[in-house]
Amino acid sequence: MAEMWINMGPQHPMTHGLWNLRVKIDGETITEAEPVVGYLHRGWEKLTEHRMYPQIIPMADRLCYGASMSWSHLYCLTAEKLMDIECPERAKYIRTIVLEAQRIGSHLMWLAALGTDLGSYTIFLYPMRERELFLDLMQNLCGARMTYNYPRIGGVRNDVPANFERDFTRVLNHFEKKLKDYEALCDESTIFRMRTEGVGMLTPEDAKNLGVTGPNLRGSGVDYDIRRDDPYDAYPDIDFNVCTRDGCDAFSRYRVRIDEMYESCDIIRQAIKKMPEGPHRLKPPRNAPKGKSAWAHVEDPRGEGLMYIIGNGDDKPYRLKVRSPIFVTVSASPVMLKGYKVADVPSIMGSVDMCLGETDR
Amino acid sequence: MEQRSGLAPGGLSPEDIAAKIKEKFPSGVTVTSVAPHRVFAKADRGALLQLCNFIKDSLNFEHVSCVGGVDWPAENKMQTVYHITSYANCATLEVVVDLPRDKPEVDSITPLWGGANWHERETYDMFGIVFLGHPKLERILNPEGTEVFPFRKDFVTGRRV
Repeated sequence: MAEMWINMGPQHPMTHGLWNLRVKIDGETITEAEPVVGYLHRGWEKLTEHRMYPQIIPMADRLCYGASMSWSHLYCLTAEKLMDIECPERAKYIRTIVLEAQRIGSHLMWLAALGTDLGSYTIFLYPMRERELFLDLMQNLCGARMTYNYPRIGGVRNDVPANFERDFTRVLNHFEKKLKDYEALCDESTIFRMRTEGVGMLTPEDAKNLGVTGPNLRGSGVDYDIRRDDPYDAYPDIDFNVCTRDGCDAFSRYRVRIDEMYESCDIIRQAIKKMPEGPHRLKPPRNAPKGKSAWAHVEDPRGEGLMYIIGNGDDKPYRLKVRSPIFVTVSASPVMLKGYKVADVPSIMGSVDMCLGETDR
Repeated sequence: MEQRSGLAPGGLSPEDIAAKIKEKFPSGVTVTSVAPHRVFAKADRGALLQLCNFIKDSLNFEHVSCVGGVDWPAENKMQTVYHITSYANCATLEVVVDLPRDKPEVDSITPLWGGANWHERETYDMFGIVFLGHPKLERILNPEGTEVFPFRKDFVTGRRV
Protein backbone atom coordinates (compact mmCIF):
# COMPACT_ATOMS: atom_id res chain seq x y z
CA MET A 1 0.00 0.00 0.00
CA ALA A 2 1.23 3.47 -0.81
CA GLU A 3 2.38 5.63 2.03
CA MET A 4 0.45 8.78 2.73
CA TRP A 5 0.57 11.85 4.92
CA ILE A 6 -2.22 12.55 7.41
CA ASN A 7 -2.73 15.86 9.17
CA MET A 8 -3.74 15.33 12.79
CA GLY A 9 -4.61 18.91 13.58
CA PRO A 10 -4.76 21.88 13.84
CA GLN A 11 -8.31 20.99 14.83
CA HIS A 12 -8.25 17.49 16.20
CA PRO A 13 -9.36 15.98 19.54
CA MET A 14 -5.85 14.64 20.12
CA THR A 15 -4.01 17.95 19.94
CA HIS A 16 -5.02 19.76 23.18
CA GLY A 17 -4.36 23.13 21.68
CA LEU A 18 -3.66 24.41 18.26
CA TRP A 19 -0.94 22.47 16.55
CA ASN A 20 -0.63 20.06 13.72
CA LEU A 21 0.92 16.63 13.79
CA ARG A 22 1.68 15.40 10.30
CA VAL A 23 2.17 11.66 10.24
CA LYS A 24 3.23 9.54 7.30
CA ILE A 25 1.63 6.14 7.46
CA ASP A 26 2.17 2.85 5.77
CA GLY A 27 -1.11 1.05 6.33
CA GLU A 28 -1.62 1.72 10.02
CA THR A 29 2.03 2.09 10.95
CA ILE A 30 3.64 5.50 11.39
CA THR A 31 6.83 5.75 9.37
CA GLU A 32 7.50 9.45 9.77
CA ALA A 33 6.09 12.30 11.81
CA GLU A 34 6.45 16.03 11.70
CA PRO A 35 4.97 18.33 14.33
CA VAL A 36 4.00 21.78 13.06
CA VAL A 37 3.65 24.54 15.66
CA GLY A 38 3.27 28.29 15.55
CA TYR A 39 -0.49 28.72 15.30
CA LEU A 40 -0.56 30.42 18.69
CA HIS A 41 2.52 32.61 18.24
CA ARG A 42 1.95 35.99 19.85
CA GLY A 43 5.45 37.42 19.81
CA TRP A 44 5.57 37.21 23.58
CA GLU A 45 9.30 37.85 23.80
CA LYS A 46 9.04 40.96 21.65
CA LEU A 47 6.04 42.22 23.65
CA THR A 48 8.05 42.13 26.86
CA GLU A 49 10.59 44.54 25.39
CA HIS A 50 7.93 47.22 25.51
CA ARG A 51 6.71 46.55 29.06
CA MET A 52 8.03 47.58 32.46
CA TYR A 53 9.35 44.77 34.63
CA PRO A 54 6.26 44.41 36.90
CA GLN A 55 3.96 44.51 33.87
CA ILE A 56 5.48 41.31 32.55
CA ILE A 57 4.32 39.22 35.52
CA PRO A 58 0.66 38.89 34.43
CA MET A 59 1.88 38.30 30.87
CA ALA A 60 4.02 35.42 32.11
CA ASP A 61 0.90 33.89 33.62
CA ARG A 62 -0.53 33.59 30.13
CA LEU A 63 2.36 31.47 28.89
CA CYS A 64 0.58 28.41 30.17
CA TYR A 65 -2.85 28.54 31.69
CA GLY A 66 -2.35 25.12 33.29
CA ALA A 67 0.78 26.10 35.20
CA SER A 68 0.67 29.88 35.28
CA MET A 69 2.15 30.13 38.77
CA SER A 70 5.37 28.45 37.76
CA TRP A 71 5.85 30.78 34.77
CA SER A 72 5.29 34.02 36.62
CA HIS A 73 7.48 32.66 39.39
CA LEU A 74 10.23 31.84 36.90
CA TYR A 75 10.05 35.36 35.52
CA CYS A 76 10.27 36.88 39.01
CA LEU A 77 13.18 34.62 39.90
CA THR A 78 15.07 35.69 36.79
CA ALA A 79 14.31 39.37 37.34
CA GLU A 80 15.53 39.05 40.93
CA LYS A 81 18.82 37.68 39.66
CA LEU A 82 19.08 40.52 37.16
CA MET A 83 18.41 43.13 39.84
CA ASP A 84 20.63 41.33 42.32
CA ILE A 85 18.07 41.02 45.11
CA GLU A 86 16.99 38.06 47.15
CA CYS A 87 13.45 37.62 48.34
CA PRO A 88 12.66 37.16 52.07
CA GLU A 89 12.69 33.68 53.62
CA ARG A 90 8.95 33.60 54.20
CA ALA A 91 8.26 34.43 50.57
CA LYS A 92 10.51 31.56 49.50
CA TYR A 93 8.41 29.11 51.49
CA ILE A 94 5.13 30.53 50.27
CA ARG A 95 6.40 30.22 46.71
CA THR A 96 7.45 26.63 47.28
CA ILE A 97 3.99 25.79 48.60
CA VAL A 98 2.10 27.42 45.75
CA LEU A 99 4.46 25.95 43.15
CA GLU A 100 3.81 22.46 44.40
CA ALA A 101 0.07 23.09 44.58
CA GLN A 102 0.35 24.30 41.00
CA ARG A 103 2.26 21.17 40.05
CA ILE A 104 -0.52 19.00 41.46
CA GLY A 105 -3.14 21.08 39.67
CA SER A 106 -1.27 20.85 36.40
CA HIS A 107 -0.70 17.11 36.68
CA LEU A 108 -4.38 16.62 37.50
CA MET A 109 -5.37 18.51 34.39
CA TRP A 110 -2.98 16.37 32.40
CA LEU A 111 -4.46 13.19 33.86
CA ALA A 112 -7.95 14.40 33.01
CA ALA A 113 -6.87 15.14 29.45
CA LEU A 114 -5.26 11.73 29.14
CA GLY A 115 -8.50 10.22 30.37
CA THR A 116 -10.53 11.78 27.57
CA ASP A 117 -7.84 10.79 25.06
CA LEU A 118 -8.12 7.18 26.09
CA GLY A 119 -11.88 7.21 26.28
CA SER A 120 -12.35 6.94 30.03
CA TYR A 121 -14.73 9.60 31.19
CA THR A 122 -14.16 8.68 34.83
CA ILE A 123 -10.43 9.43 34.57
CA PHE A 124 -11.47 12.80 33.22
CA LEU A 125 -14.04 13.61 35.89
CA TYR A 126 -12.27 12.51 39.04
CA PRO A 127 -9.05 14.53 38.63
CA MET A 128 -11.03 17.57 37.49
CA ARG A 129 -13.12 17.31 40.65
CA GLU A 130 -10.05 17.26 42.90
CA ARG A 131 -8.30 19.95 40.89
CA GLU A 132 -11.14 22.24 41.86
CA LEU A 133 -10.06 21.96 45.51
CA PHE A 134 -6.61 23.25 44.62
CA LEU A 135 -8.11 26.03 42.55
CA ASP A 136 -10.18 26.98 45.59
CA LEU A 137 -7.05 27.11 47.73
CA MET A 138 -5.40 29.36 45.18
CA GLN A 139 -8.46 31.54 44.97
CA ASN A 140 -8.40 31.89 48.71
CA LEU A 141 -4.75 32.89 48.48
CA CYS A 142 -4.80 35.38 45.64
CA GLY A 143 -8.29 35.75 44.27
CA ALA A 144 -7.80 34.07 40.91
CA ARG A 145 -8.43 30.53 39.80
CA MET A 146 -6.03 30.13 36.91
CA THR A 147 -3.95 33.18 36.06
CA TYR A 148 -2.80 34.13 39.50
CA ASN A 149 -0.50 37.14 39.08
CA TYR A 150 0.77 36.24 42.54
CA PRO A 151 4.61 36.18 42.62
CA ARG A 152 6.34 39.52 42.64
CA ILE A 153 9.91 40.58 41.95
CA GLY A 154 11.22 40.41 45.52
CA GLY A 155 8.60 38.18 47.10
CA VAL A 156 4.92 37.44 46.70
CA ARG A 157 1.98 39.81 46.44
CA ASN A 158 0.27 39.15 49.75
CA ASP A 159 0.79 37.07 52.84
CA VAL A 160 -1.13 33.85 53.29
CA PRO A 161 -4.77 34.19 54.35
CA ALA A 162 -6.22 33.06 57.67
CA ASN A 163 -6.59 29.29 58.07
CA PHE A 164 -4.13 28.73 55.23
CA GLU A 165 -2.44 25.86 57.04
CA ARG A 166 -5.69 24.22 58.07
CA ASP A 167 -7.20 24.41 54.59
CA PHE A 168 -4.12 23.03 52.89
CA THR A 169 -3.81 20.17 55.36
CA ARG A 170 -7.45 19.24 54.92
CA VAL A 171 -7.25 19.28 51.14
CA LEU A 172 -4.02 17.29 51.08
CA ASN A 173 -5.35 14.62 53.42
CA HIS A 174 -8.47 14.29 51.30
CA PHE A 175 -6.52 14.40 48.05
CA GLU A 176 -4.05 11.67 48.95
CA LYS A 177 -6.93 9.27 49.49
CA LYS A 178 -8.41 10.21 46.14
CA LEU A 179 -5.04 9.82 44.44
CA LYS A 180 -5.11 6.16 45.43
CA ASP A 181 -8.44 5.92 43.61
CA TYR A 182 -6.92 7.26 40.41
CA GLU A 183 -4.09 4.81 40.67
CA ALA A 184 -6.53 1.95 41.05
CA LEU A 185 -8.60 3.30 38.21
CA CYS A 186 -5.66 3.45 35.81
CA ASP A 187 -3.22 0.79 36.97
CA GLU A 188 -5.85 -1.89 37.22
CA SER A 189 -7.61 -1.03 34.01
CA THR A 190 -6.64 -3.46 31.29
CA ILE A 191 -7.60 -1.00 28.58
CA PHE A 192 -5.50 1.78 30.08
CA ARG A 193 -2.48 -0.47 30.43
CA MET A 194 -2.82 -1.95 26.96
CA ARG A 195 -2.93 1.49 25.44
CA THR A 196 -0.01 2.94 27.39
CA GLU A 197 2.39 0.11 28.17
CA GLY A 198 5.13 -0.40 25.62
CA VAL A 199 4.13 2.48 23.36
CA GLY A 200 6.02 5.72 22.81
CA MET A 201 9.39 4.30 23.75
CA LEU A 202 12.02 6.95 24.39
CA THR A 203 15.43 5.62 25.39
CA PRO A 204 17.39 7.56 28.04
CA GLU A 205 20.06 8.42 25.45
CA ASP A 206 17.49 9.85 23.06
CA ALA A 207 15.69 11.66 25.85
CA LYS A 208 18.89 13.41 26.96
CA ASN A 209 20.12 14.19 23.49
CA LEU A 210 16.79 15.50 22.24
CA GLY A 211 16.42 17.83 25.20
CA VAL A 212 13.36 16.16 26.73
CA THR A 213 13.00 17.33 30.34
CA GLY A 214 10.82 16.97 33.39
CA PRO A 215 8.50 14.01 34.02
CA ASN A 216 9.05 12.80 30.46
CA LEU A 217 12.79 12.57 31.08
CA ARG A 218 12.34 10.88 34.43
CA GLY A 219 9.94 8.44 32.82
CA SER A 220 12.95 7.34 30.76
CA GLY A 221 14.91 6.61 33.92
CA VAL A 222 17.18 9.68 34.00
CA ASP A 223 17.57 10.85 37.57
CA TYR A 224 17.59 14.63 37.24
CA ASP A 225 15.40 17.24 38.85
CA ILE A 226 16.27 20.93 38.97
CA ARG A 227 14.53 21.24 42.32
CA ARG A 228 17.23 19.01 43.78
CA ASP A 229 20.18 19.48 41.44
CA ASP A 230 20.12 23.27 41.08
CA PRO A 231 17.79 24.24 43.91
CA TYR A 232 15.97 27.56 44.16
CA ASP A 233 13.64 29.10 46.75
CA ALA A 234 13.09 26.84 49.77
CA TYR A 235 13.86 23.55 48.04
CA PRO A 236 17.37 23.18 49.56
CA ASP A 237 15.77 22.86 53.02
CA ILE A 238 13.19 20.31 51.98
CA ASP A 239 13.68 16.58 51.88
CA PHE A 240 12.02 14.87 48.95
CA ASN A 241 12.55 12.07 46.48
CA VAL A 242 12.96 12.42 42.76
CA CYS A 243 10.57 10.00 41.11
CA THR A 244 11.93 8.02 38.19
CA ARG A 245 10.72 5.02 36.24
CA ASP A 246 12.72 2.83 33.90
CA GLY A 247 9.96 1.78 31.52
CA CYS A 248 10.65 4.58 28.97
CA ASP A 249 7.06 4.26 27.69
CA ALA A 250 3.84 6.22 28.06
CA PHE A 251 2.90 4.24 31.15
CA SER A 252 6.15 5.21 32.90
CA ARG A 253 5.53 8.85 32.19
CA TYR A 254 2.07 8.46 33.70
CA ARG A 255 3.52 6.73 36.79
CA VAL A 256 6.16 9.43 37.30
CA ARG A 257 3.48 12.09 37.43
CA ILE A 258 1.35 10.16 39.90
CA ASP A 259 4.41 9.62 42.13
CA GLU A 260 5.27 13.29 41.83
CA MET A 261 1.85 14.27 43.13
CA TYR A 262 2.49 12.25 46.30
CA GLU A 263 5.89 13.93 46.66
CA SER A 264 4.31 17.36 46.13
CA CYS A 265 1.88 16.71 48.98
CA ASP A 266 4.86 15.85 51.14
CA ILE A 267 6.78 18.97 50.10
CA ILE A 268 3.80 21.22 50.87
CA ARG A 269 3.42 19.68 54.34
CA GLN A 270 7.10 20.18 55.10
CA ALA A 271 7.11 23.73 53.79
CA ILE A 272 4.04 24.69 55.82
CA LYS A 273 5.69 23.30 58.93
CA LYS A 274 8.99 25.11 58.33
CA MET A 275 7.57 28.42 57.10
CA PRO A 276 9.18 31.23 59.14
CA GLU A 277 7.59 34.50 60.20
CA GLY A 278 8.70 37.75 58.63
CA PRO A 279 8.08 40.00 55.66
CA HIS A 280 6.71 38.41 52.49
CA ARG A 281 7.96 41.01 50.04
CA LEU A 282 10.62 43.63 49.58
CA LYS A 283 10.73 46.64 47.35
CA PRO A 284 12.63 45.86 44.18
CA PRO A 285 14.60 48.43 42.21
CA ARG A 286 12.74 49.95 39.28
CA ASN A 287 15.56 49.70 36.77
CA ALA A 288 18.02 46.99 35.83
CA PRO A 289 21.67 47.62 34.94
CA LYS A 290 22.45 48.17 31.26
CA GLY A 291 23.94 45.23 29.44
CA LYS A 292 23.76 42.89 32.43
CA SER A 293 22.30 39.49 31.75
CA ALA A 294 20.83 36.90 34.08
CA TRP A 295 19.16 33.57 33.69
CA ALA A 296 17.35 31.08 35.87
CA HIS A 297 15.76 27.74 35.31
CA VAL A 298 13.09 25.92 37.28
CA GLU A 299 11.37 22.58 37.28
CA ASP A 300 8.08 23.46 35.64
CA PRO A 301 5.36 20.76 35.85
CA ARG A 302 6.21 20.00 32.21
CA GLY A 303 9.99 20.15 32.35
CA GLU A 304 12.78 22.67 32.42
CA GLY A 305 11.60 26.25 32.10
CA LEU A 306 14.36 28.78 31.54
CA MET A 307 14.39 32.53 31.12
CA TYR A 308 17.27 34.73 30.06
CA ILE A 309 17.00 38.50 30.55
CA ILE A 310 19.26 41.35 29.48
CA GLY A 311 18.82 44.70 31.24
CA ASN A 312 18.81 47.99 29.39
CA GLY A 313 19.55 50.53 32.14
CA ASP A 314 15.89 51.52 32.29
CA ASP A 315 12.67 49.89 33.47
CA LYS A 316 12.21 47.64 30.43
CA PRO A 317 14.20 44.56 29.50
CA TYR A 318 16.38 44.65 26.40
CA ARG A 319 15.72 41.02 25.60
CA LEU A 320 13.83 38.24 27.32
CA LYS A 321 14.23 34.73 26.04
CA VAL A 322 12.01 31.88 27.20
CA ARG A 323 12.85 28.23 26.98
CA SER A 324 9.66 26.27 26.97
CA PRO A 325 9.92 22.59 27.93
CA ILE A 326 7.17 21.39 25.61
CA PHE A 327 8.58 23.28 22.62
CA VAL A 328 11.58 20.96 22.81
CA THR A 329 9.68 17.84 23.83
CA VAL A 330 7.31 18.11 20.88
CA SER A 331 10.32 18.35 18.57
CA ALA A 332 11.32 14.93 19.91
CA SER A 333 7.89 13.42 19.28
CA PRO A 334 8.82 11.81 15.89
CA VAL A 335 11.22 9.54 17.78
CA MET A 336 8.45 8.48 20.15
CA LEU A 337 5.90 7.98 17.39
CA LYS A 338 7.87 6.11 14.76
CA GLY A 339 6.87 2.48 14.39
CA TYR A 340 3.63 2.68 16.33
CA LYS A 341 0.07 2.66 15.02
CA VAL A 342 -2.10 5.67 14.34
CA ALA A 343 -4.32 4.60 17.24
CA ASP A 344 -1.34 4.98 19.60
CA VAL A 345 -0.87 8.67 18.78
CA PRO A 346 -3.36 9.95 21.40
CA SER A 347 -1.80 7.96 24.21
CA ILE A 348 1.77 8.87 23.21
CA MET A 349 1.12 12.57 22.74
CA GLY A 350 -1.23 12.55 25.72
CA SER A 351 1.53 11.19 27.94
CA VAL A 352 3.76 14.12 26.95
CA ASP A 353 1.43 16.76 28.47
CA MET A 354 1.19 19.29 25.66
CA CYS A 355 0.70 22.97 26.33
CA LEU A 356 0.63 25.23 23.32
CA GLY A 357 0.65 28.59 25.07
CA GLU A 358 4.23 28.12 26.15
CA THR A 359 5.28 26.28 23.01
CA ASP A 360 4.40 29.05 20.61
CA ARG A 361 4.82 31.97 23.00
CA MET B 1 14.98 5.19 46.75
CA GLU B 2 18.49 6.39 47.44
CA GLN B 3 18.72 10.13 47.53
CA ARG B 4 21.38 11.78 45.43
CA SER B 5 22.54 15.09 46.83
CA GLY B 6 23.34 18.17 44.72
CA LEU B 7 26.39 16.67 43.00
CA ALA B 8 26.66 13.13 41.76
CA PRO B 9 29.69 11.08 42.84
CA GLY B 10 32.56 11.71 40.49
CA GLY B 11 30.97 14.88 39.17
CA LEU B 12 32.99 17.97 38.38
CA SER B 13 32.49 21.22 40.25
CA PRO B 14 31.98 24.42 38.23
CA GLU B 15 35.54 25.45 39.13
CA ASP B 16 36.89 22.17 37.71
CA ILE B 17 34.89 22.64 34.53
CA ALA B 18 36.19 26.20 34.15
CA ALA B 19 39.77 25.01 34.72
CA LYS B 20 39.45 22.24 32.13
CA ILE B 21 38.00 24.57 29.54
CA LYS B 22 40.77 27.10 30.17
CA GLU B 23 43.39 24.39 29.86
CA LYS B 24 41.97 23.05 26.61
CA PHE B 25 41.31 26.43 25.01
CA PRO B 26 44.11 28.89 25.82
CA SER B 27 42.61 31.19 23.18
CA GLY B 28 39.21 31.43 21.56
CA VAL B 29 37.20 30.76 24.72
CA THR B 30 37.15 33.01 27.81
CA VAL B 31 35.59 31.84 31.05
CA THR B 32 34.12 35.03 32.49
CA SER B 33 32.79 33.87 35.85
CA VAL B 34 31.82 30.87 37.93
CA ALA B 35 28.89 30.54 40.34
CA PRO B 36 27.34 27.56 42.13
CA HIS B 37 26.08 25.19 39.40
CA ARG B 38 26.95 27.75 36.73
CA VAL B 39 29.87 28.56 34.44
CA PHE B 40 29.81 31.60 32.18
CA ALA B 41 31.96 31.82 29.07
CA LYS B 42 32.42 33.74 25.84
CA ALA B 43 33.57 31.96 22.72
CA ASP B 44 34.80 33.00 19.29
CA ARG B 45 32.69 31.99 16.35
CA GLY B 46 35.35 29.59 15.09
CA ALA B 47 35.92 27.93 18.46
CA LEU B 48 32.27 27.18 19.29
CA LEU B 49 32.01 23.80 17.63
CA GLN B 50 35.32 22.61 19.10
CA LEU B 51 34.21 23.77 22.54
CA CYS B 52 30.90 21.95 22.19
CA ASN B 53 32.59 18.76 21.05
CA PHE B 54 34.96 18.98 23.99
CA ILE B 55 32.31 19.54 26.65
CA LYS B 56 30.09 16.86 25.19
CA ASP B 57 32.77 14.18 24.89
CA SER B 58 34.99 14.94 27.88
CA LEU B 59 32.88 16.83 30.41
CA ASN B 60 29.53 14.99 30.15
CA PHE B 61 27.39 17.87 28.98
CA GLU B 62 24.46 15.97 27.54
CA HIS B 63 21.60 18.45 27.38
CA VAL B 64 21.03 21.74 25.56
CA SER B 65 18.76 23.85 27.73
CA CYS B 66 18.45 26.81 25.44
CA VAL B 67 19.76 28.56 22.36
CA GLY B 68 18.76 32.15 21.85
CA GLY B 69 19.72 35.21 19.89
CA VAL B 70 20.27 38.85 20.81
CA ASP B 71 20.46 41.78 18.42
CA TRP B 72 22.80 44.69 19.18
CA PRO B 73 22.46 47.17 16.30
CA ALA B 74 24.36 49.91 18.17
CA GLU B 75 27.47 47.75 18.31
CA ASN B 76 26.76 46.25 14.89
CA LYS B 77 26.73 42.71 16.21
CA MET B 78 24.46 39.83 17.01
CA GLN B 79 24.88 37.24 19.68
CA THR B 80 23.87 33.65 20.11
CA VAL B 81 23.55 32.50 23.70
CA TYR B 82 23.80 28.82 24.58
CA HIS B 83 22.85 27.21 27.87
CA ILE B 84 24.24 23.69 27.95
CA THR B 85 23.59 21.48 30.97
CA SER B 86 25.42 18.52 32.38
CA TYR B 87 23.22 16.08 34.28
CA ALA B 88 26.26 14.29 35.70
CA ASN B 89 27.91 17.45 37.02
CA CYS B 90 24.67 19.32 37.85
CA ALA B 91 26.10 22.38 36.16
CA THR B 92 25.07 24.63 33.29
CA LEU B 93 27.49 26.38 30.97
CA GLU B 94 26.47 29.63 29.36
CA VAL B 95 28.32 30.40 26.14
CA VAL B 96 27.94 33.74 24.38
CA VAL B 97 29.12 34.01 20.79
CA ASP B 98 29.42 37.35 18.99
CA LEU B 99 28.55 37.47 15.29
CA PRO B 100 28.90 40.31 12.79
CA ARG B 101 25.51 41.83 12.09
CA ASP B 102 25.94 41.99 8.32
CA LYS B 103 26.78 38.30 8.09
CA PRO B 104 25.28 36.47 11.08
CA GLU B 105 26.45 32.91 10.55
CA VAL B 106 27.51 30.36 13.13
CA ASP B 107 28.06 26.62 13.21
CA SER B 108 25.02 24.61 14.18
CA ILE B 109 25.26 22.41 17.28
CA THR B 110 22.26 20.31 16.24
CA PRO B 111 24.49 17.48 14.94
CA LEU B 112 25.77 17.14 18.51
CA TRP B 113 22.55 17.64 20.47
CA GLY B 114 19.19 17.10 18.80
CA GLY B 115 17.61 19.29 21.47
CA ALA B 116 19.10 22.37 19.83
CA ASN B 117 17.23 21.74 16.58
CA TRP B 118 14.09 23.77 17.14
CA HIS B 119 15.86 26.42 19.21
CA GLU B 120 18.17 27.14 16.30
CA ARG B 121 15.28 27.12 13.88
CA GLU B 122 13.46 29.61 16.06
CA THR B 123 16.53 31.84 16.34
CA TYR B 124 16.83 31.80 12.55
CA ASP B 125 13.13 32.52 12.25
CA MET B 126 13.26 35.51 14.59
CA PHE B 127 16.72 36.98 14.00
CA GLY B 128 17.88 35.65 10.66
CA ILE B 129 20.96 34.08 12.20
CA VAL B 130 22.10 31.28 9.88
CA PHE B 131 23.19 28.05 11.54
CA LEU B 132 25.58 26.28 9.20
CA GLY B 133 25.01 22.55 9.06
CA HIS B 134 21.49 22.65 10.48
CA PRO B 135 19.35 19.85 8.98
CA LYS B 136 16.23 21.95 8.38
CA LEU B 137 16.64 25.69 8.74
CA GLU B 138 13.11 26.88 7.99
CA ARG B 139 10.49 29.13 9.49
CA ILE B 140 8.91 27.56 12.56
CA LEU B 141 6.74 29.98 14.54
CA ASN B 142 6.16 32.53 11.77
CA PRO B 143 4.26 31.37 8.70
CA GLU B 144 6.19 30.14 5.70
CA GLY B 145 6.94 32.96 3.31
CA THR B 146 7.50 35.61 6.00
CA GLU B 147 10.14 37.98 4.72
CA VAL B 148 11.08 39.81 7.91
CA PHE B 149 12.98 38.86 11.04
CA PRO B 150 10.67 40.29 13.70
CA PHE B 151 12.86 40.11 16.80
CA ARG B 152 15.57 42.30 15.31
CA LYS B 153 15.68 45.68 16.99
CA ASP B 154 15.21 47.57 13.73
CA PHE B 155 11.90 45.79 13.05
CA VAL B 156 9.14 48.36 13.46
CA THR B 157 6.36 46.80 15.51
CA GLY B 158 2.89 47.68 14.37
CA ARG B 159 3.69 48.02 10.69
CA ARG B 160 2.05 45.80 8.14
CA VAL B 161 4.35 43.08 6.90
